[in-house]
Amino acid sequence: MLTLVAISVDGLVYAAWLFLVAVGLTLILGVMRVLNVAHGGFYSFGAYTAAWGIGIYFDRGWPAAGSFFVLAAAAIAVGLMLGLLIERGLLRWMYDRDEVIIALVTYAVFLILEDAVLLVWGVDPYFAYQPSTLLGNTDIATLPFPNYDLALIALALIVGGILWWVLTFTHRGKILLAVIHDREMSVFLGINVPRVFTVTFVIGAMLGALGGAVTAPIISVTPGIGVEVIVLAFAVVVIGGMGSIAGAAIGSLLVGLAHAAAVHLLPQIELFVIYAVMSLVLALRPRGLFSQAQMRRI
Amino acid sequence: MKRDRTMACIAVVLIALAVGAPLVPSWVVFIGIISLAKGLVVLGLLVLWRTGLVSFGQSLYYALGAYAVGLAYRHTGLTDAFVAVALAAAVAGVVAFVLGFLLAGYRDLFFAMLSLAFAMILYGVLVKSETLGSTDGFAIPVPTFAGFKPGGADAQGNQIMLFVFTAICTFAACYVAQRYLASTAGHLTTAIRDNEIRVEYLGYSVKRAIHTKYVLAAMFAGIGGALVSMSVGHIDPEMAYWTTAGEFVFVAILSGPASVAAPFVGSILFELTRSYAMEYTPHTWHLVLGAALLIVIMFLPNGLWSLFRKSARAT
Repeated sequence: MLTLVAISVDGLVYAAWLFLVAVGLTLILGVMRVLNVAHGGFYSFGAYTAAWGIGIYFDRGWPAAGSFFVLAAAAIAVGLMLGLLIERGLLRWMYDRDEVIIALVTYAVFLILEDAVLLVWGVDPYFAYQPSTLLGNTDIATLPFPNYDLALIALALIVGGILWWVLTFTHRGKILLAVIHDREMSVFLGINVPRVFTVTFVIGAMLGALGGAVTAPIISVTPGIGVEVIVLAFAVVVIGGMGSIAGAAIGSLLVGLAHAAAVHLLPQIELFVIYAVMSLVLALRPRGLFSQAQMRRI
Repeated sequence: MKRDRTMACIAVVLIALAVGAPLVPSWVVFIGIISLAKGLVVLGLLVLWRTGLVSFGQSLYYALGAYAVGLAYRHTGLTDAFVAVALAAAVAGVVAFVLGFLLAGYRDLFFAMLSLAFAMILYGVLVKSETLGSTDGFAIPVPTFAGFKPGGADAQGNQIMLFVFTAICTFAACYVAQRYLASTAGHLTTAIRDNEIRVEYLGYSVKRAIHTKYVLAAMFAGIGGALVSMSVGHIDPEMAYWTTAGEFVFVAILSGPASVAAPFVGSILFELTRSYAMEYTPHTWHLVLGAALLIVIMFLPNGLWSLFRKSARAT
């Protein structure tokens, strides 16, 4: 019984974290058809900026509750800066190239960002545990869980909810859906597609940085944290069906619960259970769970 | 059609390198072995890339080849380089043959991601196997060549012999790849990239063509992994990690798909750049690599090879 509680809560927390990390990636992939490897770079920049900001914030002795705004501010600042720089400065020259080549361009950006992190913040780890210890613990069926982790679930629900609301009920959301569905046709309808791309990329970058920023308080922020995150996010996105927000949510849940179950029941397979789930899903549904039918060109 | 002199050129260059090997410092020989061995993996990627497929999981076969050599030594005491390489190629080939049934149905990013998933599964298994040394891996001894151990205890003589052996493997692989790409099945590959459905209408099986390529690429990667493991004398799960696979794709883009010799030129340049960048700017060598990759993608879409041959630019 206790194991079951532990698996479900841990699984939900991990799923929430995965969703936060992967949702920006799937957004960019869906709208722009760019597999953005640099997402891992956004993640580590977000984490470092947040950890560094929180360090300064608590050194000044400002009210502790405000540190959560530091996390949000770090994500927005990093996303805005890197997103604009990379989309306007580099990616927009590449849109006529092959999908795989664009993915490699973002891979190059990822390599550059990895070292940029080292140049800015050095090789020593940063710690920003304060926001996480601030919230204390809650007992669920006699097992203590950090409230910060539970807050991640709430945050994932909020982020997912906002995205769903924007896409379903707003004019801008409809425009975005039009671009996802048929890029050429939306140009004919008078939609400024390049601007939609820029806005999407910046929002995606902010979400990536947010993933890093909210993770910073529960890990030690060290060089190379983006490397593992990027493949995890890929796995979630591929399972869900590329570019589908609902797919990313379901994918995160599947992977999160499978991972938690493996950790508690069969630790030997913990490291690769995610990729096993991914292979299985792809074997049964070659384009992921929530994918649109593809047109065949003759 | 102009007679293709690629194979003759490769043979001359490799023989020159093999003759020159005893004259240069041992670290150069070592970099030479590593470059050629990793070039073999990239050659496999080139064969796949001609069809428009990029595998982000060649590290799977690279690591399989290396672990095949390591396990054969552990359980039977086998150190013979010829048997080891044949074994590595066979293991990689069989695994690729099985996985190929699934993978041959996938294209684009899905092919890349699924192959990556398989590599990550192997990584996870290797890290969790404590009998295989977990993340530390384990050491494997200096290889022998058909019972003959050149140089005895002298490591330098062995490395030179291994270099010559690697050069022979390289030539053989280039020959196979060249013959394959020049055959009817090979010419189909470009057609598949351009329009798959029309190839099906011509009466050829696209799936089978991709399956064949995938197995060929895996065997090259297995041989590459075996050679690297024998040269380094140590293997660890990092060989299966996705960054290793990313590195191979990186070199493939750098080299360009124009010629079977290109991967080796690209690989040698890559290893040299890495050695020097690690030496002089340990914290910014990723930055150097990333910038180089961007420049090549932007200004040399057909890779460094297009600097050598004007005709390659047209393709």
